[in-house]
Amino acid sequence: MKKDIVLGGVGGQGILTIAATIGTAAVSNGLFLKQSEVHGMSQRGGDVMSNIRISSNEVFSDLIPEGKADLILAVEPMEALRHFKMLKNGGWLITNQKPFINIKNYPELDDVLAQVNALENHIVIDADGIAKDLGSVKAANIVMLGAGLPFIGLEVEMLEDALGVLFGRKGQDVVDLNIKALKAGLAEANKVINK
Amino acid sequence: MQKAVLLGDEAIAQGALDAGVSAVYAYPGTPSTEINEYILRSKEHRSGNVVATWTTNEKTSMEMAIGASYVGKRALVTMKHVGLNVAADPFMNVPITGVNGGLVIVSADDPSMHSSQNEQDSRYYGKFAQIPVLEPINQQQAYDMMPYAFEMSERLNAPVLMRITTRLAHSRAGISFGEKTKQNELALPKNRKQFVLLPSIARVQYKDLLNNWPNVIKESETAGYNKYLDGKDKSMGIITTGIAYNYLMENYPEGIDFPILQIAQYPLPTSMVQRLYDECDTIMVLEEGYPIVEEGLRGILDNGKTIFGRLDGTLPRDGELNPNLVAKAMGFEIPEINDTPEVVTARPPALCAGCPHTDSYTALNMVMEQHGDGRVFSDIGCYTLAALAPLESINTTVDMGASITMAKGAADMGLIPSVAVIGDSTFTHSGMTGLLDAVNAKSPITVMILDNFTTGMTGGQQSQATGKLEAICEGLGVEKEHIRILNPIKKYHDENTAVMKEELEYNGVSVIIPRRECVITLNARLRAAKNKKKLEKANKEN
Ligand SMILES: Cc1ncc(C[n+]2csc(CCOP(=O)(O)OP(=O)(O)O)c2C)c(N)n1
Ligand code: SF4
Repeated sequence: MKKDIVLGGVGGQGILTIAATIGTAAVSNGLFLKQSEVHGMSQRGGDVMSNIRISSNEVFSDLIPEGKADLILAVEPMEALRHFKMLKNGGWLITNQKPFINIKNYPELDDVLAQVNALENHIVIDADGIAKDLGSVKAANIVMLGAGLPFIGLEVEMLEDALGVLFGRKGQDVVDLNIKALKAGLAEANKVINK
Repeated sequence: MQKAVLLGDEAIAQGALDAGVSAVYAYPGTPSTEINEYILRSKEHRSGNVVATWTTNEKTSMEMAIGASYVGKRALVTMKHVGLNVAADPFMNVPITGVNGGLVIVSADDPSMHSSQNEQDSRYYGKFAQIPVLEPINQQQAYDMMPYAFEMSERLNAPVLMRITTRLAHSRAGISFGEKTKQNELALPKNRKQFVLLPSIARVQYKDLLNNWPNVIKESETAGYNKYLDGKDKSMGIITTGIAYNYLMENYPEGIDFPILQIAQYPLPTSMVQRLYDECDTIMVLEEGYPIVEEGLRGILDNGKTIFGRLDGTLPRDGELNPNLVAKAMGFEIPEINDTPEVVTARPPALCAGCPHTDSYTALNMVMEQHGDGRVFSDIGCYTLAALAPLESINTTVDMGASITMAKGAADMGLIPSVAVIGDSTFTHSGMTGLLDAVNAKSPITVMILDNFTTGMTGGQQSQATGKLEAICEGLGVEKEHIRILNPIKKYHDENTAVMKEELEYNGVSVIIPRRECVITLNARLRAAKNKKKLEKANKEN
């Protein structure tokens, strides 16, 4: 088993939490992990990215080679496209549909989504809407994690446990909310895959 | 045993704790910050067993660590690469005093300048100071090397430099922990003159340092961190340094036939290099950073075997390596890669919504309008982002502290007004001395110290300036009536511009301190208070 995942988003959108959840789940299940992330300057509202590599064999490079990612998982649609050159032939691109507009020249959303839709393997999800219905928009990142789950190579229970580890400090209600978000995202992705 | 998922930085911190470190000193700086943050969160520190603190700057950090080593304790100093420039004075001298307790310095380089103003390679400093340098190839090795680094430091009577780069620092991996070592007992140096670098003593000890060098090279050859991995295809031998090894192996999932010399410790292991050179027809050098090994191998005349690397264009001369660059260097075809769609627009970092700096700059821009371009000398911090649109308020950023001193130099040459803009943490890091120079010369400069009660850029560490700025400025001799405190908020825009105008017109040193908390630390504080209340309530109900 070997999966290379690129996470994309904007500073503050919670992609490091997605990364930490996958990383914790992978290592507690005996897999090798390399997960590089961006700290510092770009966290001030700039684009942020994380490379997650999990494998049953030793992982060498902290960076995924361009053109080799199995999955791009993004919490923002333009940020999904920013990492397009990382995606391998036949890889999946899964993104939240809600744009994060903190720049004046943000492109037309329709143009962005048209690019996403042009790709054969793609899923677009209203993660903010789903998270809001569950009780907090803050869980939108975990909805996206759920949506990516069919392509990450880990079982849903492994991620539930990891969410327990990571959010346990904040109370059982927060853990439960995130587990619900995870499952909702997964259900949404399965709808597209099984179509 | 269960592995812990840790950043490279955190693995180093845990390694130091397990190695019995007693004192950790640091000034924040990407990509090194998370080392001390981890130590500060650790139970060893919180229970009072390990001293750990943010200091005023890297030089004070280094000297405190030397003091801790003096009394026989193991000490760690961490910083980003340019921090080592600030700490260079003690760093260059401590190899000559030698150590008592183990002394390890971690310098985190930032090739490709993700969050830095240059991409200098700290390995040169190791060579310059003539000390052992460790360059771990991955996070587990970074952890494993810490106990060794302290032990070697004590055994060879030398400070040890660990050089890491951004990708190792900021990438997580599963780490297995080793045994814990107890801290050293307090023990003063046996030789009372060991740390007295009077010329007569320094000359003798410097000779000792030079004479010790063969032992240091031997250490590189025998410690086991440098590995000769033989291969049957001798048409090329490959030298990798640090994490470059990983980018190579990424391209050879089934294994590789070329012999590899994997370097993780310096000085270079001479006999291993000799063997590779003798046995192979050509040499490829893959190093993360400047071509320091490659340069040495080529020598001045470069008239030996064919060598591929950064100096002949096989790899780019600048920037970090990655798997594809190494693939190309090794002659692999790169599969066709998607183009980035045209709709993708740059999203540069920017000041947070509600940031106090925005209000300070909006007022300053208004006042500076009539004076034209090129008069605002600034510094390094979140407020540097005002060099970009939409604010475009500042004209320089060179190194920490340079705002005040550059403004003074320009004013000396007749540029009026000359304005300096500096953050609170940067001011205590290295702005204070320059302000004294300006006061002594009665320079007509206006200094704005943006006081947001924190070191914002690096994630909100405690600022040594908090609560002390007026006293410091007054103490340095700035006239009391020319120290002006502002509240940088839209509501007071008119008052603030009026004060700035007045002080710009003053023919002497004035200091304006716009003061309002960073919104990120403010929100974090409010959130923590709310969570604490929630927890207390829950506890009561149980
Ligand atoms: C010598 C050196 N050490 C550390 C850094 C990393 N660094 C950049 S800005 C900064 C601190 C900024 O804090 P402050 O001046 O209070 O400004 P703020 O970011 O809060 O606006 C630090 C530590 C650096 N660039 N150079
Ligand atoms: S982190 Fe604080 S100081 Fe930095 S931009 Fe944001 S609000 Fe301003």
